[in-house]
Amino acid sequence: MAKRAAPEVNAGSMADIAFLLLIFFLVTTTIEVDSGINRKLPPIEEDQEDVIIKQKNIFTVLINGKNQLLVEDDVMELKDLRKAAVEFLDNGGGTGEDACDYCNGKGNPKSSDNPDKAIISLKNDRETTYATYISVQNELVAAYNELRDKRAQILYGSSFKEMEMNYKDVKWIGNKTKLKEKIDKIKLEYPQKLSEVQQ
Amino acid sequence: MSKFNKKKSGELPAVNTASLPDIVFMLLFFFMVATVMRDNTLMIENSLPSADQVEKLAKKDLVMYIYAGKPSGRYQKKYGTESRIQLNDKFADIRDIAPFIAAERAAKREELIPYLITALKVDKGANMGLVGDIKQELRKVNALKINYTTREGDISKNKN
Repeated sequence: MAKRAAPEVNAGSMADIAFLLLIFFLVTTTIEVDSGINRKLPPIEEDQEDVIIKQKNIFTVLINGKNQLLVEDDVMELKDLRKAAVEFLDNGGGTGEDACDYCNGKGNPKSSDNPDKAIISLKNDRETTYATYISVQNELVAAYNELRDKRAQILYGSSFKEMEMNYKDVKWIGNKTKLKEKIDKIKLEYPQKLSEVQQ
Repeated sequence: MSKFNKKKSGELPAVNTASLPDIVFMLLFFFMVATVMRDNTLMIENSLPSADQVEKLAKKDLVMYIYAGKPSGRYQKKYGTESRIQLNDKFADIRDIAPFIAAERAAKREELIPYLITALKVDKGANMGLVGDIKQELRKVNALKINYTTREGDISKNKN
């Protein structure tokens, strides 16, 4: 008897099966958003000491129920906020002990002494929409990031963002402890002091 | 002579579709890998605001999600159009946040508890009163690390 080859399986419907699965996964896929602005809430403390902060070291940002901004008692558009915040933080108007030798600001004695002393105070209304609040938060964080980037560029020749990315990257080759020191130094020079007023 | 002269039919040959399954499989694998099955069914509208100064959430298993927003279409009759909080699969009250956090913490290993982050997935139309209440509640249970989940994009998209 002649030896017959095994008959080939008909694979014509394979595409159909694959399509079926494909469509199922297409429909169920939600590419989740997992990025955002990290914040730390202040802990509730029982006996709070009143700290005296000079008025000139506070940058007040108010958002009202109609999503309008009042910055340092002036109405301001959202697009100008970042610049104003940078100007305030980098002012470096302090003298003597409070002097700031790395600031690039105007040194206006009526504005903040140094970035360490400068505090941004954010207050919002209950009727403020979340989108506006996030926009403002974003602009303020951007102001800090801008200053840190600039400082990192001067000191180490790379942006702060890059440094942080390298620090988190497992594959990065280099001295991580040293990098951490550098990052901490910049964070110390431009600390994020953003306080939110409780209603 | 006619032996070599095979008659050519005038029709075009059919396109070979043998590699179609391969292409489809390729797509299939992409979607299989990229898919994250939602663990919560959203009962609220949840279009997130945009921001460009974002950081990525590092560890997915260390994140607790709190959703807030307007109830979506089919729930509006029952729950109205005021923004609400959703925890897990249910609408929740502001009082439910503390037990929710406690339950989430209990489910995690003890040494991981300090690293837990609360991600606030809030609809951009919600008002800050609700968000402020959530934040206050989180402070009470000492869950201080939060993340406002946002899409990456320019903030000009936040205007409606």
